Amino acid sequence: MTTVAAGVEGRRVGFGETRIAPALRGLATFVLVIAALWGAWEGYKWLWESTGWTWPFLVDDTTMPHIHDILGAFREPVTTGGPALIHPLLDAAWFTAKEALAGFALGAVIGFALAVLLVHSRLLERGLLPYIVASQTVPILAVAPMVVIGLGSKGIEGWKAVAILAAYLTFFPVAINALRGLQSADPRAFELMESYASSRWRVLWRLRVPASLPYLFTALKISATASVVGAIIGETPASIQDGLGGAIVNFNQYYSLQPTFLWATNIVCAVVGLGLFGLVALAERLVLRRAPEHVA
Amino acid sequence: MVVFLLGVGLWEGLTTAFDVETFLLPKPSDIAQAFWDDKAVLWDYGVYTFREALGGFVLGSSLGILTALLLTRFRTAGRALMPFAIAANAVPIIAFAPITNNWFGLLNPFSKMAIAAVLCFFPVMVNTLRGLTSVNPRSIELMRSYAAGDISTFRHVRIPNSLPFMFTGLKVAAVLSMIGAIVGEYFGGPTNALGVSILNDTQLFNFPRAWAGIALASAFGIAFYGAVALAERLTTSWAPSARGFRGE
Amino acid sequence: MTAPTDTSVVSMTGLTKSFRTGVTALQDIDLDIRPGEFVSLIGPSGCGKSTLLRVIGDLIQPTSGRVLVNGKSAHQARLDHDYGIVFQDAVLYDWRTVARNVSLPLELLRWDRARRKRRVQEMLELVELTGFESSRPWQLSGGMQQRVSIARALSFDPALLLMDEPFGALDEMTRERLNMQLLRIWDASRSTVVFVTHSIPEAVFLSTRVVVMSPRPGRIAEVIAVDLPQPRGAATREETRFFELVTAVREALAAGGGHDSGRTAATTTEERY
Repeated sequence: MTTVAAGVEGRRVGFGETRIAPALRGLATFVLVIAALWGAWEGYKWLWESTGWTWPFLVDDTTMPHIHDILGAFREPVTTGGPALIHPLLDAAWFTAKEALAGFALGAVIGFALAVLLVHSRLLERGLLPYIVASQTVPILAVAPMVVIGLGSKGIEGWKAVAILAAYLTFFPVAINALRGLQSADPRAFELMESYASSRWRVLWRLRVPASLPYLFTALKISATASVVGAIIGETPASIQDGLGGAIVNFNQYYSLQPTFLWATNIVCAVVGLGLFGLVALAERLVLRRAPEHVA
Repeated sequence: MVVFLLGVGLWEGLTTAFDVETFLLPKPSDIAQAFWDDKAVLWDYGVYTFREALGGFVLGSSLGILTALLLTRFRTAGRALMPFAIAANAVPIIAFAPITNNWFGLLNPFSKMAIAAVLCFFPVMVNTLRGLTSVNPRSIELMRSYAAGDISTFRHVRIPNSLPFMFTGLKVAAVLSMIGAIVGEYFGGPTNALGVSILNDTQLFNFPRAWAGIALASAFGIAFYGAVALAERLTTSWAPSARGFRGE
Repeated sequence: MTAPTDTSVVSMTGLTKSFRTGVTALQDIDLDIRPGEFVSLIGPSGCGKSTLLRVIGDLIQPTSGRVLVNGKSAHQARLDHDYGIVFQDAVLYDWRTVARNVSLPLELLRWDRARRKRRVQEMLELVELTGFESSRPWQLSGGMQQRVSIARALSFDPALLLMDEPFGALDEMTRERLNMQLLRIWDASRSTVVFVTHSIPEAVFLSTRVVVMSPRPGRIAEVIAVDLPQPRGAATREETRFFELVTAVREALAAGGGHDSGRTAATTTEERY
């Protein structure tokens, strides 16, 4: 943010205050932290291997492969003569991401619509809200395999069941936060709109919705992560082969032979989770035109 | 409470009236029956899994609080690392369950405890840090006017101020720890674990028993949350949120 | 401990404070405050009055110039607990009762329990809040909270009392009532007061001297001695001399460029603590 001192003393803007400097600083910190983590990993590995300590767990190339080996694994073929690991992993990632995204979008729309409905009807709010809250006492992630297997046995394709799961995980935080947000507009602004004899719709779009956006994005960021986690977990017990969950189960079985493949898969899972989260954060920044709150 | 009972009643009524397939949503009475038949066994499984959750909660939360204290003391590091903490939360941590299984052994409860610990660490750390640092600047000036050192300021101002925030994080962690333990067990674990039992029942299409297991897991989760909430009530009765403020 | 070089409580020469953002909050301030005085600092936003107060309290360091408090450097005065400070925000801690809020500085000074208890009683009597020892801050009105804050500031008998618009958030009637109480407290405690305010009548009513400041850069425009007789009371506000002094202050403010420019000097580093 450029700061130019107006008034008594004009001053040229120093480098520290341009837009570039903070971005560079952020990048430098990022690189530093990654390097530090890498170093910590290899350092820990080296130390534990040379001393032979077995607490908390035995360290060798199987339990803690070298980072460069993990990264190298992306280029290795999964089956002899087959494509490099990165290809099936990317396919799996895309498969899982689509499920998560579909569910996320569905859940977000339903959640928001529900919130709009509830903000306009006190009666409905008081009546339905307890049910909505109660619906969350069931740990959905725990029920995931049951839902997928159950729906699967009734002929619903695996990925659809997973998407439904993701939608369920999304709709609650979105509904609750959106409701709070829609209700959060300044009462004086309401009075102003009333004085203009604005219609309900106008009030909704001009006043409530913009007020709800910060709350909405908070929920969306949580839900984005939850959707990805839900998608992965949903895939695993039913062994939906095409997604990341399936990949985890597969590579887990061959862990002792090829530990790096599972680690690589986990990295891809992390990237997908971060990716969806990042997309929402980016959207937030664009829509709200300010940085998402992450500074203490 | 009333809502819950109404809900259960509704569920029972609907499934009976429409003769809904008991595949996915068995009648509550069936679930209750399944639970009653195996209550001793299921309870033991539940306790086993709860122990994993509790261990993970204690481990992760303590590390979270400690880290928050450190990051408050070394503020520049805190500011630099905050985005990483936020990002780390977006990583599917439960996906690491197979790896912890390989580290500690499938049957070792510590493998699930580790997952629960990591899940608990972030919310507790982020919330406690927020509480430690969102102190009124006037308050800091006041302490400086008393020539009070950093430690004094921590003891008299920052730490009490952070308690409500910390408890917010702890409540989230309590719920997450149980879910983490159960779902972690879906990736493999000893047969006397609740998650493993639920998964087995599901794969054998024994849905009433599976749901009974889920209900038990929920009950443990709710009880755990309640215990933390009670501790919160007792120690922070002075906080605005506890006084019935509509805390925005 | 060095002996004071003169008997002033606060003595500053050539005090200048510029912030990194390029704003000159204070320029070449010379001010001398003798024991027992009640000095008000008044001026529009951006004139540096709050900054000046904080320099006295060693909460902000000057860029150049000399500041002596009680004959020592401001830094040493702070370490020796020579002043108590009251902000516009009462800054009371919800997790402590009123009594324990007042005793906070005494705990930091390691007074023993009995002595603390006695002193808290005395202070609460002074601010007319006896009986509220076990109350919690949120149970008190704004005016009462400020009285607790004043009790706390004076609990360890400092020579100097610094006040930064303490009554700014209160309504006019409560304000006038608290003004009277403050005068009584000042008389009873024999301390020296430096009082920042926005209100001309308040400044004239309370002070022995009014320091009128002007902004950009912050400096002293005029110092007006208030020769109203002590003790002052409700009747004082209706005397002709009172109105004359209020007018004098008002004219001094206008002459010094006393209107809101919208550009404020930072008084504290507003980063999150």
